[in-house]
Amino acid sequence: MLRSRIIPCLLVHNKGLVKTVNFKEPKYVGDPINAVKIFNEKEVDELIVLDIDATKENRGPNIEMIKNLADECRMPFCYGGGITTVEQAIKIINLGAEKVALSYSALNNINLCQEIGAITGNQSVVVVLDVKKKKLFGGYDIYTHNGTKKSKWKLDDLVAKLEEIGIGEIVINSIDNDGTMQGYDTALVENIRKKCSMPITVLGGAGTLDDIKKLISKFKIIGAAAGSLFVFKGKYRAVLISYPNLQERTPLY
Amino acid sequence: MIGIIDYGSGNVQAIATIYKNLNIDYQVISDKSDLKKADKLILPGVGAFDATMQQLIDSGLRDELSDLVINKKVPILGICVGLQVMGFGSDEGDLPGLGWIQGRVKKFNINKIESKPKLPHMGWNTIKDIQNHSLFKGIDNQFGFYFVHSFYFECEKEQNILTTSNYGGEFTSSIYDNHIFGTQFHPEKSHGNGVQLLKNFAELELC
Repeated sequence: MLRSRIIPCLLVHNKGLVKTVNFKEPKYVGDPINAVKIFNEKEVDELIVLDIDATKENRGPNIEMIKNLADECRMPFCYGGGITTVEQAIKIINLGAEKVALSYSALNNINLCQEIGAITGNQSVVVVLDVKKKKLFGGYDIYTHNGTKKSKWKLDDLVAKLEEIGIGEIVINSIDNDGTMQGYDTALVENIRKKCSMPITVLGGAGTLDDIKKLISKFKIIGAAAGSLFVFKGKYRAVLISYPNLQERTPLY
Repeated sequence: MIGIIDYGSGNVQAIATIYKNLNIDYQVISDKSDLKKADKLILPGVGAFDATMQQLIDSGLRDELSDLVINKKVPILGICVGLQVMGFGSDEGDLPGLGWIQGRVKKFNINKIESKPKLPHMGWNTIKDIQNHSLFKGIDNQFGFYFVHSFYFECEKEQNILTTSNYGGEFTSSIYDNHIFGTQFHPEKSHGNGVQLLKNFAELELC
């Protein structure tokens, strides 16, 4: 049987790994290559690495860093950050990443997803949606540039469009829940799951393995991604990279 | 020496890294004249069927490769679309395949996949070992392998089915015919199981 995927999500800032809270207060948590080595040992289902500086600094992806990461990864690897062209995406796939994650560049030019997918196959194209609850009236807004710029896209319209053109996966990242470790926003996921049939990965809020278990039992096959849960330990948030072993995670699937 | 064929498709580097760490002799091959130096070959593949087939043709490797595999019986392992091109063709495209193993590539029937997501079939899935072949020696079938695809290989002959997996019904997840092997899953992205399978392939003794 196909299992859900439990996915550490690592954020790169100033060449180091960081973890944020509500997309703010980046705390240094270690070296990217070292983290990949640990996650290899733990046999993680998949890995997402997002360079949170690239789009903000208006620069392309750091190819050398991606090459080093891809060489090391013995698990499927998804890279995101600063990809704006088909050439960059293909270069990254050829370096050994399974998937490229787009955010601002896809929202700005939805055709980019199709142009990349035509060459790499749609399965390699991931769109990350950073979303935040609207202050009034309910619903969600989509943000780019690390949560600093509000997109014109309406969430439902964008999901429908992505379903129509056919991409490999959407990653739904809750800015409100990021780093809070208080659980996933399952209402948000439910709304999106109803509207599309492509794979979904959920990010933002996981604080315990029980949060992951709840997500999987509700949605069956889903990607459960987390940052803080896999890099911090205890209430003082001591940095310790961890991931449940096969025995611990079997009951979660 | 294991020749990893680099024709612009698939995860060549990840396979090379695994053999490097295993201290098994390998070479990344993109030139026709180097193909015959290899004792065994690996044909990776990612992307659409026609695009992959076209890359293989444009690389100038196809005919030499077919000669080595069919006439000289050089063992080969195809991965993902590298497996799919071994049949007669695919529902995904118009180009003919290599025709090494009797079968065709079909799309999953999404009506049979009850829950969402439908496609691609993406993630870790278990395998059922049909043949007990030494390629799967020491593999944990329940841990399984990483898959990402929307099409699968349907063998004409049951004897060519190595393993099956289940996604909206049982499908063939790896195939073989004597010295020709193919896996729909990605051993290069499947942790210890994948390393073991690539090691087994290198150590296979075939006549």
